[in-house]
Amino acid sequence: MKRILTLTFVALLVLAAGHAISAQQQNFGGAQLAVPEIPFDSVPNFLKLPDNLYLGEVTGVATNSKGHVFVYTRTGTTTATLGGSRVFTHGGSRLFEFDDKGAYVREIGVGIYGFVFAHVVRVDPQDNIWVVDEAANLVMKFDPNGRVLMTIGRKPESINIRNYEPPAPPAGAARAGGPAGEGRGAGAGAGRGGPPPAPPVVGAGVAGESFNRPTDVGWDAQGNIFVSDGYGNSRVVKYDKNGVFLKMVGHRGTGPLEFNTPHGLAVDGQGNVYVADRGNNRIQVLDNELNFKAQYLNVGSPWTVCVSPGPHQYLFTSNSNYPNNFDNGEMYKMELDGKIVGRFGEAGKQLKQFGSVHEIDCRDPNGIVVGELTNWRAQKLLLKAPTASTQ
Amino acid sequence: MRRVQVCLAIAVLLTAIPLFAQSKAKVQNVPEIPYDSVPNALKLPDNLYLGEGIGVATNSKGHVYVYTRSERTRLFEFDQNGTFIKEIGKDLYGFLFAHAVRVDKDDNIWAVDEGSNMVVKFDPNGKVLMLIGRRPEAVEGLEATPPNGTPPPNAQPYALGRPTDIGWDAQGNIFISDGYTNSRVVKYDKFGKFIKSVGTRGTAPGQMNTPHGLQVDAKGNVYVADRGNARIQVFDNNLTLRAIYDHVGNPWTLCITPGPHQYLYSSNSYPDSNPAAARDITGEVYKMELDGTVIGKFGKAGKQLKEFSTIHGLDCRNENELWVSEITAWRAQKIILHPQQATKPTSTSAAR
Repeated sequence: MKRILTLTFVALLVLAAGHAISAQQQNFGGAQLAVPEIPFDSVPNFLKLPDNLYLGEVTGVATNSKGHVFVYTRTGTTTATLGGSRVFTHGGSRLFEFDDKGAYVREIGVGIYGFVFAHVVRVDPQDNIWVVDEAANLVMKFDPNGRVLMTIGRKPESINIRNYEPPAPPAGAARAGGPAGEGRGAGAGAGRGGPPPAPPVVGAGVAGESFNRPTDVGWDAQGNIFVSDGYGNSRVVKYDKNGVFLKMVGHRGTGPLEFNTPHGLAVDGQGNVYVADRGNNRIQVLDNELNFKAQYLNVGSPWTVCVSPGPHQYLFTSNSNYPNNFDNGEMYKMELDGKIVGRFGEAGKQLKQFGSVHEIDCRDPNGIVVGELTNWRAQKLLLKAPTASTQ
Repeated sequence: MRRVQVCLAIAVLLTAIPLFAQSKAKVQNVPEIPYDSVPNALKLPDNLYLGEGIGVATNSKGHVYVYTRSERTRLFEFDQNGTFIKEIGKDLYGFLFAHAVRVDKDDNIWAVDEGSNMVVKFDPNGKVLMLIGRRPEAVEGLEATPPNGTPPPNAQPYALGRPTDIGWDAQGNIFISDGYTNSRVVKYDKFGKFIKSVGTRGTAPGQMNTPHGLQVDAKGNVYVADRGNARIQVFDNNLTLRAIYDHVGNPWTLCITPGPHQYLYSSNSYPDSNPAAARDITGEVYKMELDGTVIGKFGKAGKQLKEFSTIHGLDCRNENELWVSEITAWRAQKIILHPQQATKPTSTSAAR
């Protein structure tokens, strides 16, 4: 695996060397080559919380047309009810609203069934608030007043405590009749005669709403709904504006229309779908019918994507650091065709540094809001004109 | 590989034994420091309860912070008279299973949580300023606890494994004892950027068996309560081992006084399982010079006032006015020492 990555990287470098950095095409460069720096400031104390109200991990942040800021955060503690035959889970995430000055307005969804393990919040053109919860396997649509309008998916009735799995046995050792789990089925039946079964398609999901740790949601101009799903499944699903399933594409893998944790999603004015294929270190671009269009391999490991509104749309993404290191951490501003306008930021804990950026709001492409996993905050960033390239 | 793991498992089991056999301190004939415990030092409102008294610390105004395992882990602030002021960090994502609270020179409050694997820095008003470590995700179903002896994963710069305590040098560098799963001390700069770490599980010098408490003196030396190994290990500011004090029993927690002449307190706590055999040989707190010379001790195991049931937190901002929190008595005691009345050391005391 490592060798494959290395080879890929070398290939990218070779490709990059053959083109001017302004070449408007995909796959044109390694992530760090001569990209302009975008100077920026961070607004100090952007969100003002009342006493004894705390943000936890800010996985989701979004603004509405009035500039109000919605924060979906993993906070408090998910509790498990013991005493039944199964374990039932409750709570663990909350949704807060702030005004355009960062003053606290209210909490939405107090005690709601579907807030367990926050992933993102997005606001659609009609100011409806959409929440994606990774553990509840739910996409929830609230009207601007915070009433539930629609849900897609269903929270698991209960969860089971996993048995402890000892380390894998040495290579060659027979595994005696263990339960066939995900991906294990292929080898198990091979010795019993008959043709070897086809390799399992992992992460294709089931047509409908069977989410497995979904990650993000977006809409095209017609109101069709696109969901990236997610950690368990590896697909993109399209619904019409009423939540009727239309189609889906993808399973786990590295080829076109295959995904390795599609972790974020955004839709442009033409209805193209940009998927942060984080584990594959690329953004995949799909057309409105979910056909493959392009992939951008030059922005590291994209944790999230955002497409700004207006006549000239930009694509933002974050090559976020993983929580246990300070590697990477920079964000990119791109044209929709993948050309990099500039980059900004680094990993760290101070203001203007980032702890695993998990969502970007770019309603104003010069005044974006980012939510950070490990720094438990949202920063408002004022971007300035890019300076000359750093090399 | 498997055999390595089995060997490791056995080693871990063996080294865990001293935890359950709290040892008698080697140092003998130590002068007794007379002391009192202030009755009802902390006054709780009706229907507010402390659970296990895990951490206790004071700030420059004498306010007292108690970090407790209650129904949930909670952090309370009291004024200098012991009157309840407020709760800090209500329903905080980082509060799962309290381990230590400490206050730095700028009155920032630092909570170390061994359940969430996090260190949380609050400003004096209780607003979160910085975080180190990350709470494990809980999305793939409740994970079963690995059996005893399962080797811990490799230590990562920003991932803590049941951390236990925190301290700072004069430059604001951060030192964390980490902990039950990892067996190391980690140094970060004042902005939380990883600098280095030292230590693996074991009994050799520089190795640790549950580094359970940590303090830093004015020169930046780091004192680690290597509880399972029944010793205090002293590292310099670059985490090079400089000394080992193995004469004061199993140190559960440490405290170093401020000021020009610094003292080191260490608690040979009565274990939380209340073993009868350990009652007469544990429960005391030692007062030492920084070089390890014992100059006195006080306390004994028990449940009454002036007795200690598993000291877990120690605050010594005032050399003769300590705050002591106890696991099994669900309280914090304010202890007034009377060192001028201490019994005279005999010829063999004060020895290391």
